[in-house]
Amino acid sequence: MEHPSTIISDTGKLSRPVCVPTRVRSRRKTFIYLLLGGLLTAGYAKAQETFPVNGVADPREGCFAFTHATLVKDAGATLEDATLVIRDGRIISAGAGAAIPKDAVVIDCKGKYIYPSFVDLYSDYGTQPVKKTVQGFRAPPQFLSNTKGAFGWNQAIKSEVQAASVFNADEPKAKALRQAGFGAVLTHQQDGIARGTGALVTLAANRENKALIREKASAQYSFDKGSSTQNYPGSLMGCIALLRQTYLDAQWYKAHPYKEGTNLSLEAWNEEQGLPQVFEAADKWDVLRADKIGDEFGVQYIIKAAGNEYQRMPEMAATKASFILPLNFPAAMDVEDPNDARFVALSDMKHWELAPTEPAAFEKAGIPFCLTAAGLKDMKQFMTNVRKAIEYGLSEQKALEALTKVPAALIKADDKVGTLDAGKLANFLITSGPLFKENTVVFQNWVQGERYIINEDGWTDVRGTYTLNVNAGATYTLLVKGSPVAPSLSLLQQQDTLNGTIVLEGKLVRLSFPLAKRSTRTLRLSGVLTDNAWTGNGQDTSGNPVKWTAAFTKAFVPPADTAKHKAPQDLGKVYYPFTGYGWEVLPPPQDILIKNATVWTNETEGKLENTDVLVRNGKIAQIGKNLAVGNAHVIDGTGKHLTPGIIDEHSHIAISKGVNEGSQSVTSEVRIADVLNPDDINIYRQLSGGVTSSHLLHGSANTIGGQTQLVKLRWGADAEALKFANWDPFIKFALGENVKQANWGDAARVRFPQTRMGVDQVLTDAFTRARDYEKQGAGKRRDLELDALVEILNHKRFITCHSYVQSEINMLIHVADHFGFTVNTFTHILEGYKVADKMKKHGSGASTFADWWAYKMEVQDAMPYNATIMQRLGLTVAINSDDAEMARRLNQEAAKSITYGGMAEEDALKMVTLNPAKLLHIADRVGSIKAGKDADLVLWSDHPLSIYAKSEKTIVDGIVYFDRERDAVMQERIAAERNRLIQKMLGEKKRGAPVQKAVPTREDLWNCEDMEAGHQRSIIGGDDNQ
Amino acid sequence: MTKHIRSYITCLAFTTTAFAQETIYPTPAQQKNIVLTNAIIHVGNGQVIEKGGIAFSNGKITALGASVTGGADAQVIDLQGQHIYPGIIAPATDLGLTEVESVRATNDYEEVGDLNPSVSAIVAYNTDSKVINTLRTNGILLAQIAPVGDLLSGSSSVVQLDAWNWEDAAYKTDDGEHFYMPKLLPPANPRGPLPPATDRVKDALDKVEQVRAFFREAKAYIQEEKHTETNLKFEALRKLFAKEQKLYIHCNIVKEMLLAVDIAREFGFNVAIVGGADSWQIADILKQNNIAVILEQPHSLPLMQDDDVAQPYKTAAQLQKAGVLFCISNEGFWQQRNLMFEAGTASAYGMTKEEALSAITLNTAKILGIDKTTGSLEVGKDANIAVSTGDILDMKTNHVTHAFIQGREVNLDNKHKQLYERYKYKYGLK
Repeated sequence: MEHPSTIISDTGKLSRPVCVPTRVRSRRKTFIYLLLGGLLTAGYAKAQETFPVNGVADPREGCFAFTHATLVKDAGATLEDATLVIRDGRIISAGAGAAIPKDAVVIDCKGKYIYPSFVDLYSDYGTQPVKKTVQGFRAPPQFLSNTKGAFGWNQAIKSEVQAASVFNADEPKAKALRQAGFGAVLTHQQDGIARGTGALVTLAANRENKALIREKASAQYSFDKGSSTQNYPGSLMGCIALLRQTYLDAQWYKAHPYKEGTNLSLEAWNEEQGLPQVFEAADKWDVLRADKIGDEFGVQYIIKAAGNEYQRMPEMAATKASFILPLNFPAAMDVEDPNDARFVALSDMKHWELAPTEPAAFEKAGIPFCLTAAGLKDMKQFMTNVRKAIEYGLSEQKALEALTKVPAALIKADDKVGTLDAGKLANFLITSGPLFKENTVVFQNWVQGERYIINEDGWTDVRGTYTLNVNAGATYTLLVKGSPVAPSLSLLQQQDTLNGTIVLEGKLVRLSFPLAKRSTRTLRLSGVLTDNAWTGNGQDTSGNPVKWTAAFTKAFVPPADTAKHKAPQDLGKVYYPFTGYGWEVLPPPQDILIKNATVWTNETEGKLENTDVLVRNGKIAQIGKNLAVGNAHVIDGTGKHLTPGIIDEHSHIAISKGVNEGSQSVTSEVRIADVLNPDDINIYRQLSGGVTSSHLLHGSANTIGGQTQLVKLRWGADAEALKFANWDPFIKFALGENVKQANWGDAARVRFPQTRMGVDQVLTDAFTRARDYEKQGAGKRRDLELDALVEILNHKRFITCHSYVQSEINMLIHVADHFGFTVNTFTHILEGYKVADKMKKHGSGASTFADWWAYKMEVQDAMPYNATIMQRLGLTVAINSDDAEMARRLNQEAAKSITYGGMAEEDALKMVTLNPAKLLHIADRVGSIKAGKDADLVLWSDHPLSIYAKSEKTIVDGIVYFDRERDAVMQERIAAERNRLIQKMLGEKKRGAPVQKAVPTREDLWNCEDMEAGHQRSIIGGDDNQ
Repeated sequence: MTKHIRSYITCLAFTTTAFAQETIYPTPAQQKNIVLTNAIIHVGNGQVIEKGGIAFSNGKITALGASVTGGADAQVIDLQGQHIYPGIIAPATDLGLTEVESVRATNDYEEVGDLNPSVSAIVAYNTDSKVINTLRTNGILLAQIAPVGDLLSGSSSVVQLDAWNWEDAAYKTDDGEHFYMPKLLPPANPRGPLPPATDRVKDALDKVEQVRAFFREAKAYIQEEKHTETNLKFEALRKLFAKEQKLYIHCNIVKEMLLAVDIAREFGFNVAIVGGADSWQIADILKQNNIAVILEQPHSLPLMQDDDVAQPYKTAAQLQKAGVLFCISNEGFWQQRNLMFEAGTASAYGMTKEEALSAITLNTAKILGIDKTTGSLEVGKDANIAVSTGDILDMKTNHVTHAFIQGREVNLDNKHKQLYERYKYKYGLK
């Protein structure tokens, strides 16, 4: 759609731009021009050969020469007194001695700077706004895409969308971007996981045909399903799995498999693979997740960062990606009310302080990056924030490159934009001085050879000393100073300096000033500026008409730039992880000697009194009495108990954005490994309860859930380093009420299965498909869902199955027997005691709760003697948490079996140490205190099964990750750092900077049954499940 | 509707498998005098009698000390060094108001509407709930049954846990009204696309004002005895205004608690805060204003990631130190059987074991207004007594061998023990 009025408001006051900027005339005249301009726009200015002209043709070449400018061709090449020549929207020449064509309109740019206009690689300019849907999981399910046409099955894969086709120039938005300095943007429809192609467009107020300069400039991706109303994917891990499968499907589709028919989504996907691939990340971990997918498929994404990547720079550098960095730094929060500040975590406060260091951190790390205005609510904030980034350490040169040359090169559009070289588009800024100086004025932004005025005032610097001559008689000395945009006037008379006013309106000038001190009468003059001599008429203080001239005598010398370049001071440190209890430096492994403790070995030696344990290189080196200290750090264990670290067989901590991909009954393709969240405070909290390893499970919303991930609680490590190395992969299955959606409300009566009969069929069908799939020959479509099931059939992947009642346990054993595999672990298994003999025969272990029951129908027969009975029947029994709070007290949960059923103490402890290690096939490395095993240990203040026992030190791989004494010191550090930042935010508010309301910090807590969004302790999170 | 029918059918199926629970009979009133001897007596008020006994007759404690006798025909039980505790009291629970949390038909804890002060929990209390016996087994002998809701949910009653029906069970009927204060906290940083449409804090403040306005009108109404139209909601508040009932205000963060303090001040109510997650921050203010706290379970995660990881474990000790009258609660119904372990944790983090015990016995009785008859082992009080072979606060040693409610020795069997026996039988285990 054309917007004639707005187009003209900054281009068409004259039909073409003129040498000297003119100010808007009277309102009425402007209006006439607007109308006229509108016509001209349609008829001439945007003429294309194929478009008919209504009226007399008005062809022009638009040749301009900008002379005597400081020409910053790119960040590395600045030419003084140079000339830029453009014709037909392109640069003809740029240089010191550039020839000026005869037909060029010459614009004198003496004293001015010319820069390439900015390029933004992350924009939705000119595309339709995306309406995101929020589906409750209690709504009726949608299994397939709603997109009409021959497209793929999933509505979030929109690879067929082409920004070029949906692009509509949007002048108000274009104008805001131009005013921020941009000349071209890479725009795309920001909707879906695969978002199709991006188009490179200029911000000229021009027909789309002209503005669109590269139709397919990029392919765009994200982990956000956007407007898709389809249930799948309902979690981040589902989004990742879908992306992974689509890469495989697209490969397979190249052979045009007959059965698939035509799939325009995959076809488009394949066509787009040669383009620069841009991925939007929603936080720093998403960056790594995206990069990992890229690595799997040989793709190096350009990554649109989220703004918190500075918190993990080594990892960012390791991606080898180029980045698009946003500048939407968070505003300070209003923390005046301490009861509001209470709910803002230190991590959010620190992020406020450190976010502006992100571009500098990327520069320092040598990572290529460009800058984007994406995410800014007010485009006027853009330059302010660029300057802020510079204040926080970004060099001006890098800043300029990141706005021009780098983005152009990243999408291989450096033949068109990014520098001022002949042949490129005439996209450039004319400024009053160096671009990033605080008081530099951007006068004009030329886009495709069209002038857009950003600031009209100050083009002509009128500042200086003038000799004013009134009526060819009296002479006065006038001093014009201030800024070029807003000059000020004073009259120098003997010793007095009399202040007057000067108003410039384009070439017209208005002066008024008193002639004597304390005089209330003023001399009023009106005139026109002609180079160095001003002339006009006026009225003297008595109202008599006068004529006047003012002659320029001396240039104004501005005082040195006094704007304090306050390099930010006392910035806090980045913590690993980025929370109050994070490390400033990750701890190195240490040799440790724990002396004179009661050692619960979980080996045949049993419990050893007054015993030493030596830890070396992260392993248990020696167990004995009076061991030699050597270089080891000594911990006195007198009166204390040392046990193996607690292993939680069933946990949902440290997972980002969803533990359930419950949208389909079989989702064996999703992987918890893809969505670890190393920042989760629950890692630290659980270390404080003696947990050293956690088996992170998919939830129980569907029969065949997702692949699990075993981690060690190496607080501070990134996702990869959290993973327990060389373990046998597992997968979560579930039976019963959750998978048949018994408690999900009436809308959830569609998905198969709705009964335990159906659950049996889901399993049988899935394994039958997997068995058939395995037999298929070359050229088969690789199916990640079935791959995981084939691994189970081949005893390469193991099941931990959420289960409650005896019938379903029995059923799964039958299915497993039929397909020739063993169900490794039944988890929850609250009726395990009823079929413990069958489980034993089948070879399963059990991981259960100590005493949970009564919360739903299928746990009505749960009882706290369950663990004891199963253990007495010879099963390997573990006690697990499925709860971030209870996980901190698993030793106490194990102790309940002493009360309920009289289990021996050492056996009870094994239920949270050695037995889960056995269930997870890692008992050769953890679970007991034995020379050669991993030094995953807990030093308890008391009997480890007592309610009074506290973990004093929790050690993983020989590193003390939790230390109760150090914890106290950290609490003080948190208090001090909070106070410092609160005071700093208050200062920000006091000096009038924008502040936002204090927003409570979100924390996600998951359990088995959570769908899609997390829940926080209801005190804080409340009803905002989205 | 079919759903409900089906749930009902499933329910039946399960009920029929719960074989012998029905033969666990409530015990008739105490006939014989009973003397428990040779025990460590934890009085509940902080005192411990290292080796002594306790005698009770007609349901009341008659003697307590190093050496007690109960008369010639008294039944004497030599406890051989076991521990005697006051019966533990579970405050603010929906025990007996729900049986299967996920099955709607079994849920009787929350009524429709915001202002329901006339709703009384006692009439829905199901003495035949299978859950109750599992609590007794661990030493819990009394509970405050409270309705849940938005704003004014109704009145709670204290029950004893060995009864044929709710009338028998009632220990103190309608002990207080419950006010669930809306959250005075904006929603946490949304991750999803939709910012909250309304200002939750303002809405919450409006609702609090709505309740205050309701109280003001009630107060005026009550001053006039005769009304042509009876307002049951206002009538239900007479005892509250007469200070014969408590107002239990369920809230957790400081701003909410400050408003609770102010409500107590404006209306002269006897107020106890239920929840009080952040009560440690204003313990002094609560103390000054005589506001009691029924503290949420210590086995909770800290509210904020910056908090001391053990903050919820420590809060009880902080209230104790500040002199606030508080007791410890546990969420839910079946979970109540772990209440004593909540106290155990509070003890591990800064209180003595006897203080922790008071926090689930005598303090609870004081807050619920039943301390004249229970909460501690003192002569003249009801013989509500639990006997454990070891420390009752520690799951490693909690093993209750006898329990007496008003002098009646109650059956400690429960559904779980019966299932245990059934499957020991199946597998031939001893």
